[in-house]
Amino acid sequence: MRYLPLTNKDRAEMLDTIGVKDVNALFKDVPKQAFVDGSVNLPNQKSELEVERIMGEYANQNITAGDGPFFLGAGCYYHHVPASVDYIIQRSEFLTAYTPYQPEIAQGTLQVIFEFQSMIAGLTGQDVANASMYDGATATTEAALMAQRVTKRRNIKISGVLHPDYRKVLDSYMKNFGDVVIAEGEPTEEDACVIVQTPDFYGNVQKLEKLRAACDKTGVLLVVVVTEIVSLGLLPAPRCADIVCGEGQSIGLPMSYGGPHLGFFAAKEKYLRQMPGRLCGETVDAEGRRSFVLTLNTREQHIRREKATSNICTNQGLCALAFTVHMALLGEDGFKRLARINHERAGKLYDALTAFKKVKLLNKTFFNEFTIELPKDAAPVVEAMVDEGVMAGYAHQNKLIVAATEMTSDADIEHFVQSLEACLG
Amino acid sequence: MDSTVEKVDFTHMNEGEHAIGPQRGLNYETKLLWEYERTDDPAVDFEEPSSFRNRTGLDERKELGLPQVKEPTVVRHFVRLSTKNYGIDNGFFPLGSCTMKHNPRLNEKMARLAGFAHVHPEQPVETVQGALELMYDLQHTLGELTGLPAVSLAPAAGAHGELAGMMVIKRAHELAGNTHKTVVLCPDSAHGTNPATAVTCGYTVRTIDTKGTGRLTVEAFKEALGDGKDVAGMMVTNPNTCGLFETEILEIANMLHEAGGYFYCDGANFNALVGNIRPGDFGVDVMHLNLHKTFSTPHGGGGPGSGPICVTSDLAQFLPVPHVKKTQHGTYDLERERDHSLGRMKGFHGQFGMHVRALTYILSHGADGLKQASQDAVLSANYIMAKLKNHYHVPFEGPCMHECLLTDKKQKEQGVSTLDIAKGLVEYGIHPMTVYFPLTVQGAMLIEPTETEPKQEVDRFIAIMTRFAKQTEIGDTEIFHDYPLSTPRRRLDEVKAARQPKLKYSAAEQDE
Repeated sequence: MRYLPLTNKDRAEMLDTIGVKDVNALFKDVPKQAFVDGSVNLPNQKSELEVERIMGEYANQNITAGDGPFFLGAGCYYHHVPASVDYIIQRSEFLTAYTPYQPEIAQGTLQVIFEFQSMIAGLTGQDVANASMYDGATATTEAALMAQRVTKRRNIKISGVLHPDYRKVLDSYMKNFGDVVIAEGEPTEEDACVIVQTPDFYGNVQKLEKLRAACDKTGVLLVVVVTEIVSLGLLPAPRCADIVCGEGQSIGLPMSYGGPHLGFFAAKEKYLRQMPGRLCGETVDAEGRRSFVLTLNTREQHIRREKATSNICTNQGLCALAFTVHMALLGEDGFKRLARINHERAGKLYDALTAFKKVKLLNKTFFNEFTIELPKDAAPVVEAMVDEGVMAGYAHQNKLIVAATEMTSDADIEHFVQSLEACLG
Repeated sequence: MDSTVEKVDFTHMNEGEHAIGPQRGLNYETKLLWEYERTDDPAVDFEEPSSFRNRTGLDERKELGLPQVKEPTVVRHFVRLSTKNYGIDNGFFPLGSCTMKHNPRLNEKMARLAGFAHVHPEQPVETVQGALELMYDLQHTLGELTGLPAVSLAPAAGAHGELAGMMVIKRAHELAGNTHKTVVLCPDSAHGTNPATAVTCGYTVRTIDTKGTGRLTVEAFKEALGDGKDVAGMMVTNPNTCGLFETEILEIANMLHEAGGYFYCDGANFNALVGNIRPGDFGVDVMHLNLHKTFSTPHGGGGPGSGPICVTSDLAQFLPVPHVKKTQHGTYDLERERDHSLGRMKGFHGQFGMHVRALTYILSHGADGLKQASQDAVLSANYIMAKLKNHYHVPFEGPCMHECLLTDKKQKEQGVSTLDIAKGLVEYGIHPMTVYFPLTVQGAMLIEPTETEPKQEVDRFIAIMTRFAKQTEIGDTEIFHDYPLSTPRRRLDEVKAARQPKLKYSAAEQDE
């Protein structure tokens, strides 16, 4: 087996040093019935070439975003990732490092986290950001749990249309505590937080002022969710929020059939000690040099155990690195420009559809995604459009949610409209 | 301290000399991204859209607070930062309970195939049959390896898997009307995530005392169980965090089951068992696996992980959705709703890229390779224990499983602590073992060599540890408190970091 360096001579020497005859003697504490009889029922080892062939067969059965015009979004977006991003994240020292618990030999990871936190805090208009979360859906649930800790209230309000997966994750976590009511509507004094996604699941940009005022009146925390982080290059920073969280996959990460992606989480400084997840802070070393270290970990499970703010242990370290590298390449002007291009592409798609009388465009506002009402169920239309080589969007009843990004060409838009017309007959 | 590096006296520099900076040799001091000169344009050269109209209903944003540099600066910045890091590829990494084994690059190559990387989770299922088949096959494979046939790949990490697993147990009790079962038993040696998870799941924790023995005993278990009426389950790592297999596990599992509780196994230490021993055969009902430990997906400096859960067929109905199933036509589909499912654990379908890597690893090893791997891992840990037991205190007699536990009891008397030994290893270019864990053992050093470490490297580690012990014995201890000396940074002021939290770059503060 190509990854196992011990030789038979090594093994014999080691057994001899230990003072046992064979390796089975080391398993004497394990009850007989727990051993596999012979070997597990799987094929034996394979060469690298054989494995590549097998994996290639799985991969080749999938239609990929590069195969044709692509308009799916709904919380996961097809963007261009510069070549240097993947090169950097495959640097051994980043890829094969552990969580930076030994800061003297982990300054690379730590400074990247510090830079990531700085970028997220800046983009979201918040005071502090953590080192990342599993994904946007779990980050949103963690925001609700944090609001419950801060306000000592239980209930949760949803304003507008939240991504259905985010809502379902929230439901399943809150089900662990019998007393939580999650409902749509205006915040009341029973609520810990109100969660609002902007742009919402249908792509509508939300105005936050009224909701902020309602939160102030009732002592409720305002949680703003962003599932397409590129939108923050064009839309005003949601400064008025108490917590801003969401999904950063669009920057640096492939869609990868849904993961690994990148949850982000930012909040007002006054809630710092109730935040979940890892935080990296600046300090100095024994020689007074600027250094970085994981800090405020008395919130975390490995110290606080059952009193921790969250059971979360890991972040999405390498994904946060990919984000930080991509963001460094984009820079201030590049990120704004990327956002403008996305908006312009979506606008072009929108305009191309206005002449098409069989569909109705439901959005008054949008960023790079909007919703089309079809005269019939959307799912079969999407499937029919696959046969035309177009990945049309997210089907929800008679609605089709479509996204355009910098990857969307004029030809793609033309192809989309023709194919939609053909499929609607 | 005795430093061979010439100190640069910034206060007496001539004008312009500040540009020289403190850099020496290959020890690069790296600015923050914001501290480089801002370039006119960014490194990504998209063209401005020709016809832009704002249809967001809001004013366009002006300031983002991002840096701006060109590609050479970006690449150099991150490459230099990388050189301040230590990974498995740099050297030995015997971090107990973390299974820092070699991360095959084939896994990375496979995850980057366009058919995996550029697939959207909401594509119609007929366009992603390969991805679904891969997930189905991984579900089956993990079921076969654990003896727990029902598998969900949804959880994003180990702790997330723990939560999903405990939610399975909670739903099972709810369906059975066991609302009085509100307590979860955890040994005092458990990973911190276990009690934290039980609480996140709405349970209270009762601790099983394992101090003194390093193992669960029937006696201590009985004590914690009481009459068992309020006990929903037990969370146990096996092999445990002292590196030992729980010898009385069958009897304990039986008693727990008789009291109507479920046995949750924390799979962090599955590398000791894989391909050889199946947790389903020692009484486990639910367990999570860390694909980033046993199945070699990279730790990435702290994630992404992946924490599938494996449960008995009785508990299958409670697993998270979506779940991959095979239809009667031989195609694959996503089951998005199920009556008693605990619901969703994350957006979309789990850390799919990690599933690709883990299956690549499993195919490479096969049944024979996996078994050899776990045997080599156990052999190596016992070898270290045998070599070091005369120099360090061994709190619990072996044989150990894939990690061995030592303490600083002997060295502490001479003023050298586990922390000093850890920092000494850093100085010698070895990543320290897990220190001060488990909490039940004072000055714990938990050493997990893994099967991918060549014997020569293990021998070097043993030689260094032996030298440390001998140095301490003769009172040559001063140097330990200064370690590490040759690393990119020396010991850090962690108190300052916590007292005056500075968690982001701020232009104003830098100008002060």
